[in-house]
Amino acid sequence: MKSLEELTAIRDKMQAIVNLRIEDSSCTKIVVGMATCGIAAGARPVLKAFSDGVQSKGIKDVMVTQEGCIGLCKYEPIVEVVAPGKEKVTYVNMTAEKAAEVIEQHIIGGNVVTKYTINSAM
Amino acid sequence: MFSDISLNILDIVQNSVSARASLIEITVNISNAEDTLTVVIKDNGCGMTDSELMKVVDPFYTTGNKKSVGLGVPFFKMAAQLSGGRFEIDSEKGKGTEVKAIFVLSSIDRMPLGNMTETIMSVVKANRNTDIVYSYTVDSKGFVFDTRQIRKIFGDIPCDTHEVNDFIQSFLNENTAELNSGANY
Ligand SMILES: Nc1ncnc2c1ncn2[C@@H]1O[C@H](COP(=O)(O)OP(=O)(O)O)[C@@H](O)[C@H]1O
Ligand code: FES
Ligand SMILES: [Mg+2]
Repeated sequence: MKSLEELTAIRDKMQAIVNLRIEDSSCTKIVVGMATCGIAAGARPVLKAFSDGVQSKGIKDVMVTQEGCIGLCKYEPIVEVVAPGKEKVTYVNMTAEKAAEVIEQHIIGGNVVTKYTINSAM
Repeated sequence: MFSDISLNILDIVQNSVSARASLIEITVNISNAEDTLTVVIKDNGCGMTDSELMKVVDPFYTTGNKKSVGLGVPFFKMAAQLSGGRFEIDSEKGKGTEVKAIFVLSSIDRMPLGNMTETIMSVVKANRNTDIVYSYTVDSKGFVFDTRQIRKIFGDIPCDTHEVNDFIQSFLNENTAELNSGANY
């Protein structure tokens, strides 16, 4: 059996690196709708794609969080990108593949992926 | 309806997140001797009054203000009952809530457990400031995953990294596989 105490070795390696904690308020939030309908429509792999993607790209000032009902069942899975000082962007009918595009173009590149937003779905 | 129990658990845990819990305890206990698969989700969130609690097992009861249906708890109850098992929910306003579903393990009407590693990883990654405890037991052998233990090891050092998440994932996967010893629940 693996033990969580094995994390001590990982911690000791990380201590060497100077890690600046970023204030939650200055973070961009990626909010995944995790209500019943969201989960049924595939929100779990979408959340995974966002959190794995953000981490593997080494993006530090982005936080992935979950929320309950966003109120738009037929557009689930829904993901909102909330950046400080910017208007909220709502992505609909998300998949893991679309998540990768959003990370690349929007989160890293700064360009909203308009074709997946709620406005183009309506 | 969900296709497996792990997705149902994720949905029930979202209720605990919405209830602003700071500690969420998830237990999966499999007993071949008793022929049961028991799931308990316990939180220290806002809880419910007795009258709210009575309504929650009714399909469509919700306090979510953006819509009119609440199906999460009724789905979980139905899933347990379909297998011949039972469901209990207990809550106290201001204290927290405990949801318990007992499935009949061998019933062909029992949904498979599904990928608990993915469910736990999602909850841990998306709720960095909430303590998550997950315990998995098969016939009295088990393991416990506890983010409080991880926080204690890391102290001020950020633990939301690739290496740590990779470790947690293999911790969950390998320990689960060892306990299952070839069986598929
Ligand atoms: N763990 C909990 N703590 C507090 N309230 C809860 C909890 N679980 C359920 N509830 C209450 O029961 C309602 C119905 O829950 P549910 O069937 O999951 O539907 P939904 O979450 O979509 O509203 C919730 O809106 C909430 O008011
Ligand atoms: S129940 Fe579907 S978005 Fe809320
Ligand atoms: Mg719910």
